[in-house]
Amino acid sequence: MNKCVERIYNGVIKENPTFILMLGMCPTLAVTTSAINGVGMGLSTTVVLVMSNMLISMLRNIIPDKVRVPAFIVVVASFVTIVQFMMQGFVPSLYASLGIYIPLIVVNCIILGRAESYASKNPVIPSIFDGIGMGLGFTFGLTCIGIVREILGAGQIFGFQLLPLAEDGGFGYTPITIFVLAPGAFFVLAMLVAIMNIIRARAEKKGKPLPAAQGCLAGDCASCGQGSCSGKQLSNAEAKKDEE
Amino acid sequence: MQELLVVAVGSAIVNNVVLSQFLGICPFLGVSKKVETAAGMGGAVIFVLTLASLVTSVIYKFILTPLNFDYLQTIVFILVIAALVQFVEMFLKKAMPPLYNSLGVYLPLITTNCAVLGVALNNVQKNYNILTGTVNGLATAIGFTIAIVIMAGIREKIEFNNVPVAFRGSAIVLVTAGLMAIAFFGFSGVI
Repeated sequence: MNKCVERIYNGVIKENPTFILMLGMCPTLAVTTSAINGVGMGLSTTVVLVMSNMLISMLRNIIPDKVRVPAFIVVVASFVTIVQFMMQGFVPSLYASLGIYIPLIVVNCIILGRAESYASKNPVIPSIFDGIGMGLGFTFGLTCIGIVREILGAGQIFGFQLLPLAEDGGFGYTPITIFVLAPGAFFVLAMLVAIMNIIRARAEKKGKPLPAAQGCLAGDCASCGQGSCSGKQLSNAEAKKDEE
Repeated sequence: MQELLVVAVGSAIVNNVVLSQFLGICPFLGVSKKVETAAGMGGAVIFVLTLASLVTSVIYKFILTPLNFDYLQTIVFILVIAALVQFVEMFLKKAMPPLYNSLGVYLPLITTNCAVLGVALNNVQKNYNILTGTVNGLATAIGFTIAIVIMAGIREKIEFNNVPVAFRGSAIVLVTAGLMAIAFFGFSGVI
């Protein structure tokens, strides 16, 4: 039981996929226009992550090593399709606002990354809890970013008007609309990366370094499990060219 | 013809794939250090994206729809795209070595690029026919190339600037991307 709690702590705090590992930046940028979208995206990713971790862990001794990545992709894509139809049926408004980013959960680094680095090597129960921990960590990250963008961009939080608007008359807040538009996503993420750089440097000074960032932002997507994402492979290829 | 032009301008510039749809952020941040490499990556993306949107549109129209299997689109598309990229790589290596030498390095990087799957799914969601779908793929890829080449040009200049320590690396690139996104917002009145 202790191991399960440890997995959840690991996913939510120690190796939080959004803040520490910096994985899954596509949905982080795209769907965090409001807090509720962040929660929706995070929870649907969590469901897919838990189910795929469970199934991949069950099949870990059956799937041949050479075809494991295509096999993982088929498993993940099946669960994504199921989640997509459930959302279309039960929460149509959320489905409409997340749109194409729901089927794109398939190519989310976190899911294939966990399949490759945890579920394919560990028993079923810890894998399920690993999925829950990572999923909740991702949900937490998306919700935080969504809250920041919604407050700055609309003065609201979960659709509730937190700051009175100046246009309603009298003293109030004038929303910085750009934060709920596309450029705002880049600015908020840039601030997040800069703050994490400072925290990372301080932790290192104290002698307790944080786990390294793994995603595209660190120029290394090998951890995506596909081993074919930009940064690292390209630098390998360039090194090869230089040798020639 | 006019409809094709509207789709093309819309996906290349107005709804730029990187700057307003956030697809393909990974190569956009990872491969934009030099203009030369960025242009190479752009070329490879144009090649693969056009081909992939053609193939997925054909598969959707002639295989999935008649069999009522259209709910399998996500699974089928991602497997088709992965297989297609492998196949293109082998074909180029054998048949067109000069083209392979200039694009080959970038091809494996595109397999799991979410832009490719994103365009294929977009074509289905917007009910584009095969021709419009292919044009949409080509235009999206051109938009990606425009964005990544401009970004690489800016990054070559940033190298010589004194960036605050915390913003060194990907943070300053994201700020630049945000400013570029504001600039691209200016196109939103075009169509």
